Amino acid sequence: MSDSTRMVLHAFAALADLGEEIAETSDFEEMVRSALHVVLGAMGIRRGAVAEFDRERGALHFVAARGYDDARALDLSPKSQPTANGNGGHAAQDFARVERELREKLSGVEVVTPLVVRGELVGVILLGGKASGEQFTQEEKELARALGRHVAVGMHNHRLLREVERRAEENRNLYESLKGSYKDTVRAFAAAIDCKDKYTQGHSERVGKYSEIIAREMGWKDDEVEAIAIGGYLHDVGKLVVDRDIINAPYRIDAKQSSELNRHPAAGYEILRPITHPFADIPLMARYHHERPDGRGYPEGLTEEQIPPGARIVSLADSFDAMTTDRPYRRRRTFEEVVADFRRNAGRQFSTNVVLALCRALLKEARGETRPRHMIRMLGKDYVEEQTLPALVQLIADLESGSAATV
Amino acid sequence: MSEPLAAAPKAELCELVAVVYAGDYVNKLSGQRIERECLTRMERGCRALVINFRDTELVNSIGVSILLGVIDEAERRGARVAFTNVSLHTLKLFELLGLTRLVLLADSDESALATLEEFSAQPNGH
Repeated sequence: MSDSTRMVLHAFAALADLGEEIAETSDFEEMVRSALHVVLGAMGIRRGAVAEFDRERGALHFVAARGYDDARALDLSPKSQPTANGNGGHAAQDFARVERELREKLSGVEVVTPLVVRGELVGVILLGGKASGEQFTQEEKELARALGRHVAVGMHNHRLLREVERRAEENRNLYESLKGSYKDTVRAFAAAIDCKDKYTQGHSERVGKYSEIIAREMGWKDDEVEAIAIGGYLHDVGKLVVDRDIINAPYRIDAKQSSELNRHPAAGYEILRPITHPFADIPLMARYHHERPDGRGYPEGLTEEQIPPGARIVSLADSFDAMTTDRPYRRRRTFEEVVADFRRNAGRQFSTNVVLALCRALLKEARGETRPRHMIRMLGKDYVEEQTLPALVQLIADLESGSAATV
Repeated sequence: MSEPLAAAPKAELCELVAVVYAGDYVNKLSGQRIERECLTRMERGCRALVINFRDTELVNSIGVSILLGVIDEAERRGARVAFTNVSLHTLKLFELLGLTRLVLLADSDESALATLEEFSAQPNGH
């Protein structure tokens, strides 16, 4: 085999090595270091460096270097404004200026190869000092340019990837910000709903919080928990279309008034349905939060399996808040009465697993096993007394042993 | 050096001279192992390195570059490098790339060691 054939084969192999390194190395600096190794090893060169060109500043940033110990600290910021403006097509001008500066400021630079992609300078490769001590041949300069084209594409792709990641991060932040605005709007809306009912101040917010706690106890994912909190906040939005006198009646309302009040789940659904929510099923939580597993609820008399899971949770959270807050025509129930109600209505008015989850979460808070204690704070710290806990523990045990339904 | 994998380089340490065995394929991974081994030996005071290529069938571009880096580092530290048992194919490549101008070439570790020990016994390696 002739020497020239041997060198051509080695160059081909180097090209393949370079492709492999660019394709398989996800870390940008590692990729550039490997690329520099390939270029140096392809021609037996002792000194070399790869620098990235910063279009915005018109300056070079050295990513990898060997034998140019002073390169990294070298300030190559332009004395004048950069010619590149991000539209491409300025590679030749940029390169001429960069090459001139490099040759002026660094000693031992024999070859400067531009790294160009689509008419844009993305960096340079500096080479100097062949192991043989000979000058670079024209063929070797061509080989450096050929390798440089691959290095340039690799660097450009990494740059694009970083740009995509940066934009994705921006979008994530924007999404979080929009979600924050959405939640603030929902809370304001919930406050507006509660303002209509002077006896249930803070009801929507509490239902949202109870729903969130129950869902978390049931092992729902974070985004699902966020959704159900929103569903809880908005479950009574339909009350906006119900006569204020009916909502605020300081006595038990009659059948006609009750019928009017019972319109609010369907009305809530109609209000929420046209809105694009970041979470699914929120309109359904409003529509079905008065349905019951035994089919005796409204507006449609659905049975357990037909009621969406979120609505089952909001339903219990809504009733629990109603039981544990004072109303114009009655005082709130004692905790023993609430436990008795749960025992009586689990599987009938409320989904058993949902009752079980609420009881478990409440027990953990009462025993100080979870912090912060949101439920205890909302109920008042003296509401769940120590001596009532055995009844709660027993209810949990009974529901666990008899529980079969799932949400 | 503890007993390495079959393809990994291994070194036999004496006070001033170390022998490092290159594997069958000197690429990025095995090249970095050779480099680490050589740097460790030089940091411990070795002034002469023998890299034995008896198992080496192929050296790729990254391997060449790493070997050049080892040679440069040895030069900076006043140490010398010898290549031994280099196959004809690899030797031709090293010649074409100029590596043979920077290292001592020997047929065996013994002959390389004899020359290098003589070198390393001199004050400052001269």
